Amino acid sequence: MRVRLVLAAVLVSAMAVAAGCGSSSSSGNGGSGSNGSSGPSLPQSIGPLEGSLNLIAWQGYTEDNVVKPFEKQTGCQVNVKYGQTSDEMYKLMQSGNYDGVSASGDASNRLIASGLVSPINTNLISDFGDISPQLQSPPHNTINGVHYGVSYQWGANILMYNKTVVSPAPDSWGVIFDGTSYKGKVDAYDSPIYIADAALYLKSAQPDLKITDPYELTQPQFDAAVNLLKKQHQQIGNYWSSFTAQIQDFTQGSIVIGPTWPYQLNTLKAAKVPVEAVLPKEGATGWADTWMEYSKAAHPNCMLKWMDYATTPEVQAKTAYTFGSAPANPKACAILDKQVKNYCADYHVTDPNYFDHISFWKTPLSECGDSRGNTCVPYTEWFQAWTDIKNS
Amino acid sequence: MEPRPVRIGLRIFSFGVMAFLYIPLAVIVMASFNASRIPTWPIKNYTLHWWSLAMHDQHARTALENSFKVGLAATAVALLLGSAAAFALSRYRFFGKNSLSLLLVLPIALPGIVTGLSLLSAIEYLSLTPSLVTVAIGHSTFCIVVVFNNAVARLRRSSSSFEEASMDLGADGWQTFRFITLPNLATALVAGGLLAFALSFDEIVVTNFTAGAQQTLPLWIYNQFRLPNTAQEVNAVAVFVIALTAIPVYLAQRLMRESGGIGGRG
Amino acid sequence: MATPTASAPFGARRRLSAFFYRHRWLKLLALLIPPLGWIVVVYLAALVVLLATAFWQQDELSGQIIHTFTWDNVKTVKDDPTLHAVTRQTVQMAVLVTITDILLALPLAYYMARVASRGVRALLFVGVLMPLWSSYLIKAYTWRLMTGDAGTINWALDKIGLGPLHIAFTTTAMWLAFTYIWLPYMVLPIYAALERIPGSLIEASSDLGGRSWRTLRSVIMPLALPGIAAGSIFTFSLTLGDYIMVDLVGGNKTDFLGSVIFRYQGIANDLPLAAAIALVPVIVITIYLLLVRQLGAFEAL
Repeated sequence: MRVRLVLAAVLVSAMAVAAGCGSSSSSGNGGSGSNGSSGPSLPQSIGPLEGSLNLIAWQGYTEDNVVKPFEKQTGCQVNVKYGQTSDEMYKLMQSGNYDGVSASGDASNRLIASGLVSPINTNLISDFGDISPQLQSPPHNTINGVHYGVSYQWGANILMYNKTVVSPAPDSWGVIFDGTSYKGKVDAYDSPIYIADAALYLKSAQPDLKITDPYELTQPQFDAAVNLLKKQHQQIGNYWSSFTAQIQDFTQGSIVIGPTWPYQLNTLKAAKVPVEAVLPKEGATGWADTWMEYSKAAHPNCMLKWMDYATTPEVQAKTAYTFGSAPANPKACAILDKQVKNYCADYHVTDPNYFDHISFWKTPLSECGDSRGNTCVPYTEWFQAWTDIKNS
Repeated sequence: MEPRPVRIGLRIFSFGVMAFLYIPLAVIVMASFNASRIPTWPIKNYTLHWWSLAMHDQHARTALENSFKVGLAATAVALLLGSAAAFALSRYRFFGKNSLSLLLVLPIALPGIVTGLSLLSAIEYLSLTPSLVTVAIGHSTFCIVVVFNNAVARLRRSSSSFEEASMDLGADGWQTFRFITLPNLATALVAGGLLAFALSFDEIVVTNFTAGAQQTLPLWIYNQFRLPNTAQEVNAVAVFVIALTAIPVYLAQRLMRESGGIGGRG
Repeated sequence: MATPTASAPFGARRRLSAFFYRHRWLKLLALLIPPLGWIVVVYLAALVVLLATAFWQQDELSGQIIHTFTWDNVKTVKDDPTLHAVTRQTVQMAVLVTITDILLALPLAYYMARVASRGVRALLFVGVLMPLWSSYLIKAYTWRLMTGDAGTINWALDKIGLGPLHIAFTTTAMWLAFTYIWLPYMVLPIYAALERIPGSLIEASSDLGGRSWRTLRSVIMPLALPGIAAGSIFTFSLTLGDYIMVDLVGGNKTDFLGSVIFRYQGIANDLPLAAAIALVPVIVITIYLLLVRQLGAFEAL
């Protein structure tokens, strides 16, 4: 009897504590402050270094060959948390424990909009002027002339295919959107943002949909893209999120065609796998990553120093080589081309024509950003649709 | 006694199942020597490159150490709390015992993603910094269950009459525990502890949600796969771990065999 | 044993021991409160908060959780036909894997427990335990390699002259991989249950005139059932919540419950909706647990 009472009391009080804790103020302490553009004035110089730096980065962007010299030069000890997706990175930034992040376009706008990242005085970045003109003030990190970070690396989602199996050589995305070709041997990128690839194709294939921006879609445009992907699902072998896995699939012949990054293409070619890639006539989506500083960073000077360091040709070259990306600073080409013949030519680093054909990832917002006003489909619906596509 | 053809059939079937269990492991061992950076089959060229890489990889070594630390901590907590709970549930009768046994199964019965999400929300809510400590705390919850199951199974089989006899002969609670109860329980604790350690060592889902900047071995492997040039190194590390664990598992099973843990049909 | 002239610590210990003996319930509490406290505080409280989150809302822009009650998330889960399909697929696979594992594990466990000689039994026991120590992730990647079009399985089939199987990224591949990876978890409890059956019981059964099959059916199987039920908890729940194998071996072509929860929590950063979806496996598992409890599974874990 006594046991029963005491036990019950313990359990009840524990539950009450849990419930009580739960109903107090909400968790999370991300900064939802002012919208950034008219904030405090920008620092005019990099102040004394704090000795420590906490970063969120894509795996491969902060290898030892890049981080160790930085730590030696500046004394800023670097701690890196790898993010697996843009959304995870956004969430990590909200925690307030990090000084900076290597944000892709589908996270950077959100970060700016919620005031999580601060404007940067580009005068403090010594190699800023060397960055490719298209990447100095791109819409995913520069709003109304205010820079919220420095571009780091970029790449396009090109169409790769197995030369011995896929014939004739494709020049359009249509072959992986018809629902029947190479059934079970097609792959696609595993993220809701891939819906933009379908939209990009429809921009050319169904001009009466009047798609202008594959990330800003009205409901009918969005529905058309989703239906296209449901059709594609019938030919899909898998959705890839790890490029290592895609390389394996093409090597084994389990997959013969699908969107990819230059890294996979070059790795497969080097391994004598008979693949080829093309930037289809409809264009392609792509990703461009920016180093951004947390608005309430504990180590802002180390972060600025990192951004400065990251845009130097040597660091750009090292990262481009590891990651398989195109450096934002073309001066890295002198180094890269020595390591890998024609690296910069293969990756189209200095080709503005190629660059313009790429629709870089950005967060779909309900605000279309043009005369259509607030009628576009926001990202939350993109991922709901993504689940529907996968289970169609 | 089963008829002879049945016994032969069982033997063949059993070794067939064991072959099924070990063929993929054999593939892993062979893959660790595959010269190709990309996993392929069949293996055309062999190399020791991945092994040398693994031996010199500081990150891998740290991750391995971290996994040990977390595993030992979680197992220690589990041994204490699991056996305490086992005693309570097997030697006493009280109200709510059935619900309690249901509760004690939950950490292992509910999918890891649910557990991981809960712990992550709790960590965020309490503004804790995720670290090896949070990982260990997360692991200890299901480790407790594993030890509890093994201990309670043993305690149910042995009656409390030995303990009472010991007390009748003048031993106090502590002496009884040390000389009667504990030896009886020892092999169950070893089995439970080993299983708990194994679960913690290879755990990825809950760990993914509760870890901070420090990696355990599964986290290291998870990340390593995304590095195309050195991804294959993980096979060497995996084989190394399997080889390493053969020793304690073998010793434990000998220990159990000698004290009649897994022997005896009567 | 007991000396009349007890030294001070000896005396104190005896008094403490006697005290606990007389007040058994205090000893029970002392035993129960730490583990229970740990599980309640660390696990249960967190779980309750997560499930409660299913009934809260999230601010779209900032991602903060707002603690106002709403049925919306639960309604979305209840009404969404895609999620129904996902649940069905997941449960189907979980059941299929459980059945397959039982079929594989039962003869093996029986052989280990009742037929094999001591040495062989020890060998097999270690043999079943060892795969548990190899990394789940690496096993998953290996199955991806093995089920690939130019993978190990097709290579072996080719060697014996059979045609290639295109099982890459199919549910068949997932079924094989799941069955493989959870097999030890099914073997161990069944083995433990069978090992516990006293030989005298079998002898008594044959003394009473029962032949082998009859003994198997009426004596051994009912006693093995708790072990089977216990093992099924593992195979069922591990398959139900998995998302890594679904990705690596299944190619993420269709979703399982775990994949959807993971995606909503990670990509969408929508914790309330993820929590609402998490209610589904929690409910399914709880029902399953209540069912197998009747079979005595909890005693056989």
